[in-house]
Amino acid sequence: MTETTEPDFEVIVIGAGIAGCVAAYQLAKQGRSVLLIERGEAPGAKNLSGGVLYSRGMQQVFPDFLQEAPVERRITRNYVNFLNADSSVAIDYKDARLADPVNAVTVLRAKLDAWLAAKCEEAGALIMPGVRVDRVLTEVGPDGPRVVGVQAGDDELRAQVVIAADGVNSFIAKDAGLRRQDPLNHLAVGVKSVVKLPRETIEARFNLTGDEGAAVAVVGDCTQGVGGGGFLYTNIDSLSVGIVVRLDDLTEKKKVVTDIFDHFLAHRFIAPYLDGGELLEYGCHLVAEGGMAMIGEIAMDGMLVVGDAAGLTLNTGLTVRGMDLAVGSAVAAAQTIGSALDRKDTSKGALAGYRQRLFASYVGQDMKTYAKAPSFLEVERMYKQYGELFANVLYGTFSLDTQPRRHLLKVARRSLAASPLKMRQLVKDGIAGARAL
Amino acid sequence: MKPLSVPDRLTKNRFNLDEEESHIEVNQEIAKATGTGKAIVACCPAHVYTEEPDGTISVEYAACLECGTCLAVAAPGALKWHYPRGGFGVQFREG
Repeated sequence: MTETTEPDFEVIVIGAGIAGCVAAYQLAKQGRSVLLIERGEAPGAKNLSGGVLYSRGMQQVFPDFLQEAPVERRITRNYVNFLNADSSVAIDYKDARLADPVNAVTVLRAKLDAWLAAKCEEAGALIMPGVRVDRVLTEVGPDGPRVVGVQAGDDELRAQVVIAADGVNSFIAKDAGLRRQDPLNHLAVGVKSVVKLPRETIEARFNLTGDEGAAVAVVGDCTQGVGGGGFLYTNIDSLSVGIVVRLDDLTEKKKVVTDIFDHFLAHRFIAPYLDGGELLEYGCHLVAEGGMAMIGEIAMDGMLVVGDAAGLTLNTGLTVRGMDLAVGSAVAAAQTIGSALDRKDTSKGALAGYRQRLFASYVGQDMKTYAKAPSFLEVERMYKQYGELFANVLYGTFSLDTQPRRHLLKVARRSLAASPLKMRQLVKDGIAGARAL
Repeated sequence: MKPLSVPDRLTKNRFNLDEEESHIEVNQEIAKATGTGKAIVACCPAHVYTEEPDGTISVEYAACLECGTCLAVAAPGALKWHYPRGGFGVQFREG
């Protein structure tokens, strides 16, 4: 391998989010020279998530993560809610086992990512905040273009390997030809408010004690029939409340995204949670929803793509994941780059181990397992008719109007007959759901 | 919680405004011809885009939350959108 210019660093990481920080941390721990570039004024300043981090992978990287990191609450209550205009049917799952060992925590990324970047710095990585990488530097290599560094304004910085951890929009991966523009049914927009409330109020409203937390996932009227859902997550002394809507459905139905969000906040079953709260911050984020179908090329000569930039997000209907997959991809990338640097070969072939490691880990395995989830969740009936059907069956059961009672099965049949749903759709969705989720 | 307008919500955020350079540029002809104009007005959570009475789209780039949704729905050529220069734009304190 001939180098035209001596590299400034062994590794340059673009983006101090979860994937970028975990990769930078692990490589710095290996003793590599690492530069972590972040376009925000400080690490975390550009980063936003719904708020639930499935934390086991992170605990493997940082054994004291739960004690040291600025996490909000441990999720012990998962509340899955079909919401209609005037009714609501939910599964309320609480389990002490979810607290020991801790499985998921709520996080606020401006705080968490600042902590992660500080860990990187402690481990010896150089952090460069307030710098936007405009493009990667490439040279002609034996197998096509080879990434040799990055350009930021007038500055050129060279490295043996670049990690693109620049998030869901990943201009870097797109410019390098690794990712194409995603179809709209694979993308969604999340809109979120962080609402301040006293911690006692939060604990009373969500029936929590100590640092227990609740994750409320909502489908149905919260998005006015547009594919997607709403969420409500408890932080220590604030709530993260938001919606996520699929862009193909949003544009087709010509809905205004902020009208949907306002409708959710004002909903008779959601507004009471927020009562008396004070808005702290308003944000939004693009979400990759294509699952397995979105993972394209993630390695080339001199560069790997990790986290959201690699399309690693997963919506299984019940769990919505991205941050844990970012951790897993960063671990796989750091291992691959470590052995490539040891062999002094960072060609595409030498970096191919990244994909193998990724797919041998929980990240790739889960992406494969849930490969059919995105198309299942595109079924329109999920977002209106099922919630109404469930509520009508329950109404027929609980509303004792002095008329003679009917068996549950009969009530269900009548409710189904009265709904636009057909029995064959119910069977079809049931089977597809069981296979996809 | 009191309902707030989008501009009122944005006052809660911290922004470092880049006074010299907008990171967003709309091609008015293509935006109009393709329907991109109306689509980006509707999908932007920060109400960066407004359709003026003459049908052109005005841009309040200072309000941008940098999600990239507009770019995803825009027809090819209708919109130039990249991240603001380093250190500028929204700076989340919560995230």
